[in-house]
Amino acid sequence: MARWFETHLPKMVLAPSFIAVLIFVYGFIGWTAWVSLTRSRLLPKYEIEGFIQYDRLFDSPRWDTALNNLFIFGGLYIGISMVLGLILAILLDQNIRTEGAIRTVYLYPMALSMIVTGTAWKWILNPGLGIEAMVQGWGFPNFSFDWLVNPDMAIYAIVLAAIWQSSGFVMALFLAGLRSVDTEIIRAAQVDGIPTWRVYTAIIIPSMAPIFLSAFIVLAHLAIKSFDLVIALTGGGPGYATDLPATYMYAMAFSRGDIGQAASSAMIMMLVVFAIIVPYLYSELRAKND
Amino acid sequence: MTDLTAAPRRPDVAGVRRRSSAGKIALRWGLYAILLVFALYYLMPLFVMLTTSLKSLEEIRTGDLIALPREITFDAWRTAWSEACTGIQCEGVRPYFWNSVLIAVPGVIISTLLGAVNGYVVAQWQFRGANVIFALMLFGCFIPFQVVLLPMARLLGLMGIAGTIPGLIFVHVIYGIGFTTLFFRNYYVTIPSELTKAAKVDGAGFLRIFWAIFLPLSLPIVVVSVIWQFTQIWNDFLFGVSFSQAGTQPVTVALNNIVNSTTGVKAYNVDMAAAIIAALPTLLVYVVAGKYFIRGLTAGSVKG
Repeated sequence: MARWFETHLPKMVLAPSFIAVLIFVYGFIGWTAWVSLTRSRLLPKYEIEGFIQYDRLFDSPRWDTALNNLFIFGGLYIGISMVLGLILAILLDQNIRTEGAIRTVYLYPMALSMIVTGTAWKWILNPGLGIEAMVQGWGFPNFSFDWLVNPDMAIYAIVLAAIWQSSGFVMALFLAGLRSVDTEIIRAAQVDGIPTWRVYTAIIIPSMAPIFLSAFIVLAHLAIKSFDLVIALTGGGPGYATDLPATYMYAMAFSRGDIGQAASSAMIMMLVVFAIIVPYLYSELRAKND
Repeated sequence: MTDLTAAPRRPDVAGVRRRSSAGKIALRWGLYAILLVFALYYLMPLFVMLTTSLKSLEEIRTGDLIALPREITFDAWRTAWSEACTGIQCEGVRPYFWNSVLIAVPGVIISTLLGAVNGYVVAQWQFRGANVIFALMLFGCFIPFQVVLLPMARLLGLMGIAGTIPGLIFVHVIYGIGFTTLFFRNYYVTIPSELTKAAKVDGAGFLRIFWAIFLPLSLPIVVVSVIWQFTQIWNDFLFGVSFSQAGTQPVTVALNNIVNSTTGVKAYNVDMAAAIIAALPTLLVYVVAGKYFIRGLTAGSVKG
């Protein structure tokens, strides 16, 4: 008995967590998928009716806006964060004396809640009292910086705050990548008299491809899940000009009482994440097993 | 796992510049200038928050966004802490700050302990299917939580803990164990399995090996896991806003309610003070243990 117990103990230790994950991750995904195929409104119904919720979803102009915003936001956020992160990493890689302190400053926004970030930028971008008022006060009365209240520009205000929050983190990722490149190759290139910028563009950056992929995955994942920042900065407004899939889902689930729409939009979000994550995880696990 | 902070500097690339002419020195100054400009960009919002929180409303209306306060007042801080309205209640962020503490402390402890034993099993006590289980758990880290919000809300209701602090602890533990297991698994994998085998030969069992060998080695990864989980739970908004009710909201939800409450005059200084209060615990953790914070951030993203 004691022996049996001892040999099965590892499984028994892992079992509660595994069962919890099975139920609360996979079971719940199944529930959401099921409900997304029903006519559920305020209360869930369980008779499957096909893809009516998805038809409704893609007919909805609000969802259309949310998806468009996700592409604009995601594209700019990922692109600019990566470019900025790479530039900062290369600049910091030049034997900077105060590197530690600078890195700390660049990275601290990542420790903040998105709600705090949103609150801060909401104040800074406030047209009446923020940057706009400040520059006007400097003697440029026609200066306009009203992104937060301008439906066409509000999504860019969110991009601005999101880049501020995570570009330092991308910098840290790239810096680690730069440092992991074989120094022998770099030394050899320098002995051959190849200029520093060529060393970067021809040797160091190409060898960092896996880091680019990692950064892309992390940022894409953050972009799709973006919720708090929008709530704190614009509340999805003006109107629903800055809605993202996450805020659409939340509105349907908790203020509109439309469970069917909430479930189907959540499923679309998950499919987008799957499309990005699954190939990555697969290649990672395979590489590890080799 | 790559430890970014310990990444050695590379003198080689820059070393060439040591033989510097006037042009090279100018280049060097330009480099520092650019780095300084970016440092100011990252610091600016924190600076503006801090100065705004120390100004009176009168000064905010008439003054400049980035000007230093003419007269420092802590009234906004007092109001934010104990009087600001988060809707109909006007008790400041204080009760919500303590809610966050009450959610985060047990949440961090439980998920870290579970992660430690799970990681120990997956790394050192391989059985058939253990890797599949680990992969399934790992995958759970990456789902958008929107996909579990609706059933979780119903389940918490059925369990009778909807809108309670234990309910929020439960949710944070469930969706935290994927990451904590990953941290500990990746750490314990680097410990040679011969150690476990030798201990087994000496008659030590599963628990004794964990307790006497692995746990004493685990301090660095415990710190990483605690910091990661604390930051995640403290900064969480989605679960907090979905699964709380008046009185049990975490500080992030209270902050958002204060900022977006429409009653009365907009007190920007109070908003900023409340935001800094909400940010303080995680900022403190970052300043004190930044190295471990970064390790947690990169554990899932940098190959290692």
